Amino acid sequence: MQEENAKHEKHIVGYGVYILVWLALLALTSITVSVAGISLGSLTLFVALLIAAIKSGLVINYFMHIKFDEPIFKVFLIISGSTLLIIFILTAFDILYR
Amino acid sequence: MEKTEMTANVESHVHRDDVGSRMGMWLFLFTEVLLFGGMFLVYAVYRFQYSDQFRLAAMELNTGIGTLNTIILLTSSLTMAAAITAMQKGSKIVSKILLSSTIIFALIFLVNKFFEWSAKISHGIYPGSEELLNKQNGEILFFGLYYVMTGLHALHVIIGVVILVFMLVFILKNKITADDNVKLENSGLYWHLVDLIWIFLFPLFYLIQ
Repeated sequence: MQEENAKHEKHIVGYGVYILVWLALLALTSITVSVAGISLGSLTLFVALLIAAIKSGLVINYFMHIKFDEPIFKVFLIISGSTLLIIFILTAFDILYR
Repeated sequence: MEKTEMTANVESHVHRDDVGSRMGMWLFLFTEVLLFGGMFLVYAVYRFQYSDQFRLAAMELNTGIGTLNTIILLTSSLTMAAAITAMQKGSKIVSKILLSSTIIFALIFLVNKFFEWSAKISHGIYPGSEELLNKQNGEILFFGLYYVMTGLHALHVIIGVVILVFMLVFILKNKITADDNVKLENSGLYWHLVDLIWIFLFPLFYLIQ
């Protein structure tokens, strides 16, 4: 028990979980490629980015262990992600209403 | 029980902090995200301003090779993550095989990239070429961003290969073990970031219709 506490960060993720995530990533890739062939107008970019966001969520949570890591790493991610988002939003306002 | 407590104590006196180590790696990854983020920002602005010309220029890119490289990178991420699991479970041989396959996938990615770029360059499309400068502004910008962003990404793949080769050597020299594998974990984080950036580059450059 003591030892388990000493290295509680060592959460070993099984191969099965990784293979499932990988299959999901491949499925999403084939979806994004086939959707790109269909003309959805302005929705095309939105759908492409949505799928990319879902894929990165899977990679970050499972492959990069954020789901199983200390909560502080989630705080890190949120801060840097929001920083990037704010930069994008402010630039968008600048371009749209110049 | 007493014995395990002792080993735990001894371990805590070893000068090593895995969480701190990973934290440092994540901080570095955020600087990388900002580096690429700036480029994605430039891309977003010009795509908004020249959406038709971006679409026209993107037609010239090979969607097939882009999709293939996406699958290769995703698979290399799988083998990388599994290599860490194998090491943590103590199966050194499996870990070495998985890490080597990650390196091989990365090299295949680079070979594909080489052929893709050579095809573009032999068609006269490269930064500053006469053929490109005769095109419209939006198309010049698209190809400029294409070369800079996929080029910087490819540079990261090359750096990733070098790091992973070092990790392979560390495993062979027993510097990375089932108990002490934070080096391998951090290399994995770097490798997954390379994959993450490609997840966004792929639809934004290869899948505009």
